Amino acid sequence: MAASARTAGVPALSVAGVSHSYGARKALDDVTFDVPQGRFTALLGLNGAGKTTLFSLITRLYDTRHGRISVLGHPIDREPGQALRLLGVVFQARTLDLDISVRENLLYHAALHGLRGREARARMQEALEDVELADRAKDAARRLSGGQMRRVEIARALMHRPRIMVLDEATVGLDIASRSAIVGHVRRLVRDRGVAVLWATHLLDEVEDDDRLVVLHQGRVLADGETGAVIAQQGAADIRGAFNALTAGRAREAGEAA
Amino acid sequence: MSATVIAGPVAEAAPLRRFGIGDYLTCLRGIMWREALRFVHQRERFVSALVRPLVWLFIFAAGFRQILGVSIIPPYDTYVLYEVYVTPGLIAMIQLFNGMQSSLSMVYDREMGNMRMLLVSPFPRWFLLISKLLASTAVSVLQAYAYMFVAYLWGVVAPGWGYVAVLPALILCGFMLGALGMLLSSAIKQLENFAGVMNFVIFPMFFASAALYPLWLVQQSSPLIYRICTLNPFTYAVELIRFALYSEVNWLALAVVAGCTVVFTSAAVIAYDPARGLMVRRGGGPA
Repeated sequence: MAASARTAGVPALSVAGVSHSYGARKALDDVTFDVPQGRFTALLGLNGAGKTTLFSLITRLYDTRHGRISVLGHPIDREPGQALRLLGVVFQARTLDLDISVRENLLYHAALHGLRGREARARMQEALEDVELADRAKDAARRLSGGQMRRVEIARALMHRPRIMVLDEATVGLDIASRSAIVGHVRRLVRDRGVAVLWATHLLDEVEDDDRLVVLHQGRVLADGETGAVIAQQGAADIRGAFNALTAGRAREAGEAA
Repeated sequence: MSATVIAGPVAEAAPLRRFGIGDYLTCLRGIMWREALRFVHQRERFVSALVRPLVWLFIFAAGFRQILGVSIIPPYDTYVLYEVYVTPGLIAMIQLFNGMQSSLSMVYDREMGNMRMLLVSPFPRWFLLISKLLASTAVSVLQAYAYMFVAYLWGVVAPGWGYVAVLPALILCGFMLGALGMLLSSAIKQLENFAGVMNFVIFPMFFASAALYPLWLVQQSSPLIYRICTLNPFTYAVELIRFALYSEVNWLALAVVAGCTVVFTSAAVIAYDPARGLMVRRGGGPA
C-alpha cells in the first residue's frame, strides 16, 4: 500500500527534545524517544513523572513549545489534523459522556472523525464486538463498570482506525481481571493488527521482556531501549531491579547536587 | 475478552485524504446531535429554562403593569402592556442563561474529561468550537420559541410575521451569548467558581439593560446607570429581538450584536488555542 511504503521506517511516534514547564516547575526536561511502528512501547514512570503532561502534548491539548512531536512523520504542531487522525487516545481520566448511551458515545466519536451513516454504525458494531460489549450498546455509559468503560474507550479510540494508540494509565483503578483483559486486548492489537502502542504505566508487572521500554522519572528519560537490554545494562535480574537501580541513581545524583 | 475476534488490519488503514465539506458537516451534525441528546436527557434543564422567564411574565410583569406605564417608543406604535414590553427581554434572558449554561457545561465537560475527546478531533479547533456554539444556539432558539408559545397563550401576541422575522435575531443573539459563555468557560478553572458568573455576569447584564425598563426611564432615574446600560451588549440583544418581533431592524443593535459576536467568538477560539490560550498561560489544561 502506498501509505505504508511512504511511512516505512518512520517511527509511529517521535518525541524529540521536548520540555514543558508549569510556571517555574519543569514537568518535562528534554524528553526524547521513538515509538516504532507495530511495537508495544511501555512508558514507565511513577506518579508525577510527567507522563500525563507528555500525553497532553502528544494529543495537542497543550502546545509543544520546546522540541518536536511527530506522528508517522506529521508534526503535531504544524499538521495537527493529519497527526490526530493517525492517533487513537485513551486518557487516564474517564472521557465517556455518562449521560448518553454507549452507542451514542461511539457515534459521537465517529462524527468527530468525519465518519457517518452506515460506515460509522458498522465500525461501531465491529469495535464493540472486539471488546465483547456489543450487547451493552444501548445502555447508558454510567451503567457500565470501570473495566467496561475502559473497554468502550479502547473500542472508541479504534473506530477511526489509528496507526498508533496512546494509552495513559489505562488500567488504573481496575481489578486484576479487568486489568489483565485490557492489557491482553491491547497486546493483541499490536500482534494481530500491527498497531503501534505507547502504554504509560507505573505498574512494573505490565511491562514484558520483549517490549520497548522508556523510563520517565521526574520529567527526564532515564532509559530508552529494549526491556531486556535495559535490565542487562543495569545489571539487574528483572524490570523491578532495573527500575529501582535507575531511579535510585537519579535520587543519589539529586542528593549529591544538593 | 479472551475470545476476541480481531477484524481487518488497522495498521493497513486507507491513506489519508483531505476532509471535504461532507466530513465537516458530519462533524457539525455530530456535535449538534450530542447537544440535543444531552438536552433531551436533562429535561429539568428545559423546564427550568422555561419556568424562569414565565415566573417573570406571570408574576413580576403582572405586578408592574399597574405601576409602570410604557409610552409609545419604537417599535411600538401604540401604548403596550408591560407584559408586551418585557417579553423581548425575557426571550433574551433565556438565551443569556442558555449561554451561561453552555459555559457551565463546558467547565463540567472539562472536569469530567469529555472535553478532551472534542479537542483531540482532527478537525480544526476553531471549527469544533463554532460547531459547539451553533449547537448551543439551536437549543436556545428552541427554548425561546417554547417561551413565545406559552406567552402567546397568555395573551402576549406579536404580529404574525414577527415570529418568523425574529429567527435571525435569535440566532445571532444566541450565538453572541454562547460565545461569551465559552469565553468565560476558558477562564473558569473549577465548577465551584461558576457562582461568580451568576453574580458578576448574568445578573448585572440582565438588570443593567433595556430588558425590564425602557432606557429613557432609566435615564430619568440615573444617568450613570443609563450609561452602563448603553455599554451593555445585552441591551442591544434585547432591542434587536424587540424590533425583529415587529419585523423591523434596529441597525445600531444589529451592528453592536454582530460586532460583539465576532469579538467574543474570536477571543474564545484564541482562549482555547493550545498555542496561545489562557489555559497554557495559567499552566492548566483545557481538559
